[in-house]
Amino acid sequence: MSGVANQASIKLVGIEPNFLLRLWRNKDTRSIILQILTMALLFAFLAYIINNAVLNLAVLGKTFSFDFLGFPASYDINQRLIEYTSQSTHFRAMLVGILNTALVAFFGIITATIVGFLFGIIRLSNNWIASHIVYCIIEFTRNIPVLLHILLIHGIIVHVLPSPRQAHTLADSIFLSNRGLTIPDPIFGEGFSFTVIAFFAAIGIIIGFARWARKVRDESGKIYPVFWISTGILFGLPFLVFLLSGSPLSWVVPELGRFNLKGGITMIPEFLALWLALSLYTSVFIAEIVRAGILAISKGQWEASQAVGLQRNRILQLVVIPQALRVIIPPLTSQYLNLTKNSSLAIAIGYMDIVATIGGISMMQTGKEMESMILVLSIYLCFSLVISAFMNWYNKRIKLVER
Amino acid sequence: MTPGKEEKTLAVTEGGGYLPGTHPDLPPPSSVHGPIHWIRVNLFGSVTDTALTLLAVYFLYSAITFLAGWMFINAAFTGESRNDCRAVADGACWAFIGNRLSLFIYGFYPEPERWRVDLSFVLLILAIVPVLYEDMPQRGKGLAYSCLYPLIAAWLLVGGFGLEKVSTDQFGGLMLNVVIGVTGIAFSLPIGIVLALGRQSQLPIVRILCVSFIEIIRGVPLITLLFVAAVMLSYFVPPGTDFDLLVRMLIMVTLFASGYMAEVIRGGLQAIPNGQYEAADAMGLKYWQSMRLVVLPQALKISIPGIVNTFIALYKDTTLVIVIGRLDILGIGNSSLADTKWQGLSTEVYIFVALFFFFSCFSMSRYSLWLEKKLHTGH
Repeated sequence: MSGVANQASIKLVGIEPNFLLRLWRNKDTRSIILQILTMALLFAFLAYIINNAVLNLAVLGKTFSFDFLGFPASYDINQRLIEYTSQSTHFRAMLVGILNTALVAFFGIITATIVGFLFGIIRLSNNWIASHIVYCIIEFTRNIPVLLHILLIHGIIVHVLPSPRQAHTLADSIFLSNRGLTIPDPIFGEGFSFTVIAFFAAIGIIIGFARWARKVRDESGKIYPVFWISTGILFGLPFLVFLLSGSPLSWVVPELGRFNLKGGITMIPEFLALWLALSLYTSVFIAEIVRAGILAISKGQWEASQAVGLQRNRILQLVVIPQALRVIIPPLTSQYLNLTKNSSLAIAIGYMDIVATIGGISMMQTGKEMESMILVLSIYLCFSLVISAFMNWYNKRIKLVER
Repeated sequence: MTPGKEEKTLAVTEGGGYLPGTHPDLPPPSSVHGPIHWIRVNLFGSVTDTALTLLAVYFLYSAITFLAGWMFINAAFTGESRNDCRAVADGACWAFIGNRLSLFIYGFYPEPERWRVDLSFVLLILAIVPVLYEDMPQRGKGLAYSCLYPLIAAWLLVGGFGLEKVSTDQFGGLMLNVVIGVTGIAFSLPIGIVLALGRQSQLPIVRILCVSFIEIIRGVPLITLLFVAAVMLSYFVPPGTDFDLLVRMLIMVTLFASGYMAEVIRGGLQAIPNGQYEAADAMGLKYWQSMRLVVLPQALKISIPGIVNTFIALYKDTTLVIVIGRLDILGIGNSSLADTKWQGLSTEVYIFVALFFFFSCFSMSRYSLWLEKKLHTGH
């Protein structure tokens, strides 16, 4: 009302309304003005803090450059997947850190998924005791900070487990002590590449077989036990080739030395603690997601499947799980991201991941706070982007195709 | 039509049986009803179920006997050192915790000033009431007090204006967790609302800025942001400015929480039907009016459970400050382990802190579940 009256009065008086006011009242121009203002504010803020940073660096006599990545790091890393000595460069140290993060994230995601699905399914089972025990485990685990889990498990491994001489052992080849978990080291003989080739061939055959079985199912309704046949091919074919090529694989079994175990692959306590704690902490969140996903499938779907005569495991496999996955995947993605991000807590127990290498010792040694932090932040962003891109791709694949 | 009672009792044949249709109602047999049936179906329904039950019972038995023995029966509750504990019992040594309880709560806050911490805890509870309790009389005034609370608490804890000044380096223990958690949530709420609105804005530049801010914050771990606070943030203020570490930490924690808060509130905004936006437009309300009067009150109300969950996550994450050398409740426990009198008690400390976090977070999550149920009945 008042707006109309206002305009009318302006027209009556015959004064040209203020040009800027007219721009402001027009929706399109107003949005452009607002955006220009936002950009201006942002650039002013950025210019201010960058100017401050330049001034501060000048006061401290520092420069902004990534040259330090080429200098020798001169510190040791207790777990390395690639060649690294204290003479290697900071860049190499960063690579070792990235690989360590990727390693613990990879194993953590796999374990957390398996345990999480198991917990979620037990939580839904009719077995009252099992389901309530799992409920207690879930509530206890998820209401305690993940850092505490890591410190607790690390403390137990380092302080409670026996020394290597009295290590718990399984068949004298796997040892668990306060130095970590030691397992036999495989040594691949000459013909082992055939087994690897057979393994990949088996994967190819399985994909082809699954497609063919699905086609047959859609056309004739005949259902093959795809899972069991696939498992058989996956393990059977490489094993057959392995035997045919003369078993070219031997194990270096760890032996008790004077103070420590010799030979074998040792998972250091830091890795073990981080891996177990992250898997446990994430798995209880996954369990709740799985439970919610399966409960989200309406009862009608179960009843309809029973009405067409499907058995319980067929209902799960053909009707419930494909639909539940759609509900499960998006929150599962964010749990995977959380696990990867939480792996940065490694620094609290001295596992050398990205934060501990480039953002920790390298930064302290060189005094390049800005550069190191920028590197660390961008590496984590890349990790996040890669995981969400992969999960988005998977999510799209299983999405409901609506007609 | 229906046979009378007398007729029914008489309808017994000579052999002692009943005539068709006259059998009296008996309770169902115990095989389909009652505790035995329940146990058979729920615990021993199939072979796998039986195995699972036996495994679970065994697990429960060994866990309970072990924990009860270690935590209570064989535990020592008094003593002046670890050796005192070991002399009495070989289980947990809780004397350690009792000995340092005030350190766990107040950190290194000077002893004669600790009433200020107590007072601010009490005022905090009073400030939370109007936010959560909708039917409170005079809720508007209560909310105004809740908004003022951070200032009051800051004055009480830091001092100045008549109170003795306490350096923020002396903050520690549980108090530090609460300070960081509450500040993070209180300040991230308005920022989160702005970001969530910005994310849905019609203006492309505003939207892109908000989306990238939210995604960057959510893409990096909190610990790296704390490192940024510790080593990088002081570069961005004019040279020579004294920038308190606690303030820097609070800024980064707030930014971190606001990224998550924005997503929670976006969920609430998306749950509001389009009709509400259109109705507000039809009433002739401008953008901010329609948001303030129509959309946000509804969106915030349905986001409360999400906000509580964000708070729980943030509260647990406050333990991360130990990586930049600040001693929160976990850090105090961790550093007390260095005391030679009490060496080797890490498990006791961690379990004490774990139980503390469990009880506080579990009750909060129960509250948020209850709230979700309460809000759900409206539909």
